[in-house]
Amino acid sequence: MKKMSKSARSSFINYGIVIVFFVIFQVLSSAGKLSSSLSGQLIPICTYVVMALALNLVVGISGELSLGHAGFMSVGAFSGVVAAVSLQNSVTAAPLRLMIAIITGALLAAVTGVIIGFPVLRLQGDYLAIVTLAFGEIIKNILNCLYIGADSNGLHFSMKDGNSLNMEPGGTVIINGPMGALGIQKISTFLSAVILVLIVLFIIQNLVNSRAGRAIKAIRDNRIAAESCGLNIMKYKMMAFVVSAAMAGAAGALYALNYSTVVPKKFDFNTSILILVFVVLGGIGNLRGSIIAAAILTVLPELLRQFQDYRMLVYAIVLILVMIITNNSKAKAFIGSITGRFTKKAAVKE
Amino acid sequence: MKRKLLAVLLSAAMICSLTACGGSADSSSADTADTTTDTATDAATDTTTDAAADTTTDAATDAAADTNADASGEGGSLTGTLKLGVVGPLTGAAALYGNAVDNGSQIAVEEINAESADFQIELNAQDDEHDAEKSVNAYNNLKDWGAQAIIGCVTTTPCVAVAAEAYADRMFMLTPSASATSVTEGNDNVFQLCFSDPNQGSASAQYIFDNKLAEKVAVIYNNADAYSTGIYQTFQAQADTLGLEVVSTTTFTDDTANDFSVQLTEAQNAGAELIFLPIYYTPASLIMKQAADMSYDVKLFGVDGMDGILSLEGFDTSLAEGVMLLTPFSADATDELTSSFVSKYESANSETPSQFAADGYDCPYAIYEALKYYAANNGGLNVDGMGYEELCDILISVFTDPAFTVDGVTGSGMTWTAAGEVNKAPKAVVIENGVYVGL
Repeated sequence: MKKMSKSARSSFINYGIVIVFFVIFQVLSSAGKLSSSLSGQLIPICTYVVMALALNLVVGISGELSLGHAGFMSVGAFSGVVAAVSLQNSVTAAPLRLMIAIITGALLAAVTGVIIGFPVLRLQGDYLAIVTLAFGEIIKNILNCLYIGADSNGLHFSMKDGNSLNMEPGGTVIINGPMGALGIQKISTFLSAVILVLIVLFIIQNLVNSRAGRAIKAIRDNRIAAESCGLNIMKYKMMAFVVSAAMAGAAGALYALNYSTVVPKKFDFNTSILILVFVVLGGIGNLRGSIIAAAILTVLPELLRQFQDYRMLVYAIVLILVMIITNNSKAKAFIGSITGRFTKKAAVKE
Repeated sequence: MKRKLLAVLLSAAMICSLTACGGSADSSSADTADTTTDTATDAATDTTTDAAADTTTDAATDAAADTNADASGEGGSLTGTLKLGVVGPLTGAAALYGNAVDNGSQIAVEEINAESADFQIELNAQDDEHDAEKSVNAYNNLKDWGAQAIIGCVTTTPCVAVAAEAYADRMFMLTPSASATSVTEGNDNVFQLCFSDPNQGSASAQYIFDNKLAEKVAVIYNNADAYSTGIYQTFQAQADTLGLEVVSTTTFTDDTANDFSVQLTEAQNAGAELIFLPIYYTPASLIMKQAADMSYDVKLFGVDGMDGILSLEGFDTSLAEGVMLLTPFSADATDELTSSFVSKYESANSETPSQFAADGYDCPYAIYEALKYYAANNGGLNVDGMGYEELCDILISVFTDPAFTVDGVTGSGMTWTAAGEVNKAPKAVVIENGVYVGL
């Protein structure tokens, strides 16, 4: 334990948290002790954890602001659904189909990430925020007009309406414009969701602690100094942004395949901001904070159902309180003194 | 070391807060249950329930007489307490619909509870913010509460998501207002109380054609909305079959619902005499305002989403003069059932009930009637502690029984097909002097 570097230890703690989370809920659910309200939220929690981690890579590690991460999520969601539905007959094993769908979603989201990042990341300043904001809206409107159907001849695309897909009589419409994807087979499982979280965590932590990760952080801290050291700014920024987009796409595919329907409207500006809230409240650049914040803030509105009409008001107050407490020096000192006492006791025991 | 401990502490706190949810949900639901029974007993003194009670018992006895062959169970009574969950948007952009359904169903439950102390209904409404994810959460929350059947969801997209969950769980669902066919498709446990979208679209085209309301028709619809697009598609298909000329089809999205001058100008230039608006009332109110501003005198024809326009705050109702809409419910109908419901709703909520409120009112009655029908034919039924799977099979068998009919405020003699769609006659109304008048 002592030989391990500080960053490696921190990484292992993160894996540990996720695995403990998984084991506890798996045991609870097999013992029948888990409420259906909570068991229904396990996969969304994992999805939002992945989203928060992905966004933290852009916002915290590479220091750019993305306001359209829900856009990447929707690209992943819809391409994942198309992949899963069109392979329904040829690939019968659901876990394999889910894996293919997630990979398809990640790849397509990565491609859109390249398209967005290539021109924008060359610029200095807040342009990425503006462009991703627009991207989120554009992708929503494109998906609202997109119709995709599948029959024995393969996939059919249309931007007009469902009737102009020219499908054979037995074909199914996979994506039906604003009605979104309907009749999706639910193949996401809690196990696969946790595995995705672990993979994403593995990729991000290894990226951050690698040579490339140090370069990305150097560019964030001082662009001119980094440039003068001969770092290729564009390359490293693209690396962080595209990896983040791919992860958001994977999360989208996982999310969509957990519900029987998914609509483009879901992935709007509000969802992007929600994920940004997870990142900001968890601590910008703090991966563990993102995991915990995403999990708690996803469950919180459900816990507050007993407040009925005042639910969202209480939710907002909780958010404000968290912001105040985490930024207040006295509160910090108080928490520090408590944890300090625990550490001392632990030290005495050892 | 300190960080490690902190992490363990935080994860422990997280798990505690998560598991706490299971326990606290119970106590909160018990509270709501108490309040519902309280209000129910209060309502027991109310004597205006006769109208509803009479018609319903008649229907039940008639139905029971039809199946006399099943002699074993004549006169079986219905007992116990049924837990009904309502899922709908109580907050957010679609809150008006969810609250209307909730208020309507509360009135029905108060009436049913006042009828007899043997059979009581507990109602629990949960908010879904018109979002599929939140809706599944709300549904799961109701399952934890012990719901035995669900009234919902109010809006289409959440309903599709919840229907799949309910289908897997075998929970009976009766949706008051989710009108898309995808809600019932492949789900034998989901039934609709409202018209499905294809019915609304084709019925509107048929109505316009049959009554020769216009030669040239324009359509403005929201192409970012499942409901609006669904109705448009079937309207267009039916118009093509009938030979009704659609001269202009223009669209908008929720983000561009602030200005309709382009769409209106196009319709005007194409010479449309009537504009079909398969949209919700908020954008529709703006269309009326702008059409009046550009002095474009055109007939407007809406569907059930237009309902509620007269109670929109800050809307000049004179603009809606002459607007026609297809709706199964009109608040100024003179029959006893409707007027009793309207007066109760008005006194409880100080507003005129919309079609959604009426749908919400009919839902508990439909389930109540179905259970009574079953009890009458099978020598009684006690729903206390009955699992939702068992109740689901019972309700499906009754709802698909052609002899089972329900008379409600949104239509009399409602029957259901095996696919879950309702059969009832559509009503067209026109707005005159700020009120609906039947056509």
